[in-house]
Formats: sequence, C-alpha cells, structure tokens
Amino acid sequence: MTLVFEPRHVNAIRQHGEADYPAEACGLIGGAVEDGRKVAVLLVPLVNQRTDAARNRYLIDPESFRRAQEKLDRDGLEVIGVYHSHPDHPAAPSAFDREHAWPWLSYVIVGVARGRAADMKSWTLSDDRAAFDEESITLEEHKAVWQ
Amino acid sequence: MAVTVLIPTPLRPYVGGRDAVQVEAKSVAELLDRLSGEHTGLRKHLFADDGRLRSFVNVYVNDRDIRQLSAQETPVRSGDTVSIIPSIAGGTAVQVGAQQPVASLPKLSHEEILRYSRHLILPDVGVEGQRKLKAARVLLVGAGGLGSPAALYLAAAGVGTLGMVDFDVVDKTNLQRQIIHGTSTVGKAKLESATERIRDLNPNVRVEGFETRLTAENALDIIRDFDIVADGTDNFPTRYLVNDACVLLGKPNVYGSIFRFEGQASVFYAKEGPCYRCLYAEPPPPGLVPSCAEGGVLGVLPGIIGSIQAMETIKLIVGAGEPLIGRLLLFDALKLQFRELKLAKDPDCPVCGARPSVTELIDYEAFCGIGAEPSYDGAEITAAELKAEWERNPELLVIDVREAHEYEIAHIDGAVLIPLGELPDRLGELDGHREVVTHCHHGARSLKALEILKAAGFSKVRSLRGGIDGWAVNVDPSLPRY
Repeated sequence: MTLVFEPRHVNAIRQHGEADYPAEACGLIGGAVEDGRKVAVLLVPLVNQRTDAARNRYLIDPESFRRAQEKLDRDGLEVIGVYHSHPDHPAAPSAFDREHAWPWLSYVIVGVARGRAADMKSWTLSDDRAAFDEESITLEEHKAVWQ
Repeated sequence: MAVTVLIPTPLRPYVGGRDAVQVEAKSVAELLDRLSGEHTGLRKHLFADDGRLRSFVNVYVNDRDIRQLSAQETPVRSGDTVSIIPSIAGGTAVQVGAQQPVASLPKLSHEEILRYSRHLILPDVGVEGQRKLKAARVLLVGAGGLGSPAALYLAAAGVGTLGMVDFDVVDKTNLQRQIIHGTSTVGKAKLESATERIRDLNPNVRVEGFETRLTAENALDIIRDFDIVADGTDNFPTRYLVNDACVLLGKPNVYGSIFRFEGQASVFYAKEGPCYRCLYAEPPPPGLVPSCAEGGVLGVLPGIIGSIQAMETIKLIVGAGEPLIGRLLLFDALKLQFRELKLAKDPDCPVCGARPSVTELIDYEAFCGIGAEPSYDGAEITAAELKAEWERNPELLVIDVREAHEYEIAHIDGAVLIPLGELPDRLGELDGHREVVTHCHHGARSLKALEILKAAGFSKVRSLRGGIDGWAVNVDPSLPRY
C-alpha cells in the first residue's frame, strides 16, 4: 500500500525530529484508506516516554494511543501509521523496531544527522513478522478540505 | 449476549476489516484464545513465540487496563467491552565498530555451527549475530580477576579476536579468583597462560597479546584497532587512561570494578551516554581505596562482575537488548542485591562534554596523585637488617600495623599488633624513647604508620621493607605467605 503525505506532513515530521534531537521524536499519523492507499490527514505529535533512553528508543504508551485514537475517531479518521526519528542513524528500521511492530501500520522513519533531518522512508511489517518492507511515499496536495 | 472486542486498525485486516467482533468468553485469557482461534492471522501479532502476550499489546476491560485488574485472569461478562490498545515502541540499535553489511561478515564453518548451536537458535543472536561475534575485535585490559571470566566467556561465545593487555606473571595468590590461569601456569606470563587456556577452549579465537603496561604513549595505538574495550584494570590511573582513550577514539568501554564484596558495572560509550569521568570526575586520593592485594576480595565476585562485562560486550556486538549505557549497576554480594543508578552525561565533562579540556592523553599517574610521594630514603629497613638489629637490641619495638585477622594468618613473634586505623589513638601506649620498626603485609601501610609516628614526635622510626612477606622470604621461611 502506498502512503500519501501532503508536503506539510513531511515538513512537520522533519521539524519534529530536528526539534527533539538528540532524543527520538515520535507521533501518530491519522488518516483514512482511500482507493487502496493510506492517505494521511493529520499528525499527532507525541511526547517520547522513554526518558531513560530517549536517544535510541521511543515509546507511545497505550493511554496516549487511546486518546489519539479517540480524537481521530471524532474526525472520522483512524491511526494509519507511526512516525519516529533515528538520531544519527539511517531511516531504516532496527531489529528492535521490527520486534515491536504492529502489522499494517506505516512506520515512517526520518534520519536526523547531527541535528539536521535527512532521509525519510516508510516501512510496513511483513505478514510473518520476519521483515520490514519499504513502501512508497507519495506527495500530494489535497483538494478536499477535512474538517 | 457476548463480549464486544474493539479491534485497533492494524489488526482489522485479520478480522475481515471489522472494527469490533463479538466473542463468548469468561476471562480475558479465554477471550484472546478464542479470538485468535477464529482469526488465526491474529495469533502471531498478539502472542510471542513462547505463548505470552506481546509486551506492546495492551488489553482493557471497560476502560481499565487488565494489568490493574487480574491480568489475563480478569473475568469478562456478557455486555463488557474489551479493547486491544497498541503501545508503540522502537528505536535504533546501539551500533559499535564499523558496521559491516551482512554479506561481508565472515561465514561459519560446520564446526562453528555445531559449537555455537545454542546461540544460533536464539532469535536475538542467530546466524547473523554469531557472524558479527566472529567479526568482532574485543580488547581486554588486564587478564586478572575481571579479565579471566570475561575472556573465557567471550572466547567461548566465539568473539573472533580477543586482544589482551597484561604484563604480569601468574602468582599463586591469583588462583583464588583468576580462573583463566591454573596451578600448572604459576610463574608463567599471564598472557601466555591465558592464551593456552583460550586455545583449548575455542581454537577459532585469535588472541592478540600486548605484554606491556597500557600507557598514555601506547594506549591509542593499541585500542584503535578494536571495536570494544572491556576494562578489567585494578588501578585508577589505568582506568582513567582507558576511559579517555575510548572517548577520544569513539569506542565503548565496558567497565567493571570490585572491592571486597561489592562490585560495579556499566557501559561507558560517550557517543550514546556518559563516560567514566561523568561519573567520577576526579580520582580518589591515593591510598583511600585499597587494591585487592591490600583490601582482599571474595574470589567469586570478579566472576560475577567479569561475566556481566562479557554479557554486555556480547549484547553490544549482536545489538540485542538494552545495553548498560547510562546506568551504573551496583552489586552487593553479602546482601545479594543488585541496584541500579541512572547516570547522566555531564555537559561539562572534561573529556566527553561540549567543550572538552582533555583532547589528548595526559599523565595519569600525576592526575591520580601517584609518583609525588615523599622519599623514604633511610626510613626503611630490610628483613635481614631487622633480624640482626633485633638480636643486638631486644629493646627494639616492632609494631605490626595490619588488621587482627591478618595477624591470625601469620605474625612475627615479638611484634606488637596495633592496626593502622587505631594507631593515632593508641600512641599513648608507646614509649617515645624506644627505637621503633613498623611492619605490615608488603610495606605500604607501615610507611603511613611511620609518618603518623614521626608527626607525633617519635624520632627513631623505620619501616620494614617488603613487610611480613619479606620477612617470610628472607628470615623465617616457616611463616606462611599470603
């Protein structure tokens, strides 16, 4: 499945990654499935709860997930993905990412090298949980206005 | 009526795209079992291979986390709503050394596959992790109490290259804890003894020996070629040297230290967290912390701490789990208690801070206040001289400043026991006009006693060079050495 971002989403994720550097930044991606594509509508930036190892770990606890999900629900949206930054590491998922991954969701990773956002890639967990497959990110400006 | 189970978006593809399903069950455990029985694709996402609920799967019964109820035994009734809520975790692995693409990692022979089979079936190690171990280069500073178990386990685990820095010779008093050496290698160089043992344990391991003291002159050249350093040193100058060299070269330093019944361990990796100087900016004054030879150590203790160092080293190499970075593990053997302190990086750290003042290796002996000791010319007496003088002058007062339990092991007949710590309070017992000779185990504490006596006005004081050990060797071989 393709992930559709608007340019402002990409900019916001990059800025969040830079702002929280050298800690990992994280958040949820709200959107909807349209024509077999995951279309992002809004981002829910969250506070990384791994204060002990924020440099190389992030955690979104179930309460935060629930609150975000309820908020999105009111807008008729759902959680379609998660974004996080990899400070001084490439935008590829680690074994730790894979072990803790949920199926179907898009895992968007932005590499942040010495405080500057670099590459951004999206990944989904393979059905047997053995690997992450890269999925394409399409940039589109939406004509429809979501309320 | 059944229980309603709310399904989060990532799991909906496994239940036909629905956001809620109905399940008949009496407990959460039964509900999850039935749910994943009906929708078989769910099972591997909800449960780990060992059958336990995955750590990032959270179950709520009517808005309450089952961890606050009776976990999976929590009862459910018709009309209840059960929500499966994701928690989402991830992050980068701590990477050490030059990251090689998997394809270029060394391959395993059939013999190695058999030898490491218990590693290979661990998902966290596997063939890839074992090949990383084979490619890894680990430097052990010291082949003593900590270095022994660390070297044995790292060699057994299949670390491809083990470097070892040690210039000492195996002594019988080492064998109580330095288990890489044996009775048959007493008197041999520790490097030679350790290499023999490693070769027997795992001939696949390449040992690179450095039979030298690690110094500011050679440390960078030696450490540069390794991925990880395991610090098993027993003195502060070398510990600061290892730390600074690792920070300057960007290498992780797997640290361990022991004292009597207590141990510490951490991973100092300045790229990812604090260094040893963030924890201890300044060394303690010389003499405050006794070495194993002075203070004693329970032999099993370095076995435990050295094994933790080996474990952390292996985790760093294969990228498994949570490394001991930014955490100081404290172990108390008598209470059998582990405690953990969080360590923060010191932004003003002189070596790993934002504006470091230490940008090259320094004189660590001077930094630790060693080498500036006063001269004791003429203040020491040899065992043979003492024997001769004592025979001529039976009035000579010999003071044993060791501890009572050391006195029990062996003592010089006629010597008076006053432990060093009690000496300042017991000066009144002594006749200031008599000639005095102080002695201890090896001759260090007796020099401190000499200073105390001189400061108190005793004019004719000397210290027995080499302590009771020198006496046992040169005068009275009937005494046991320890």
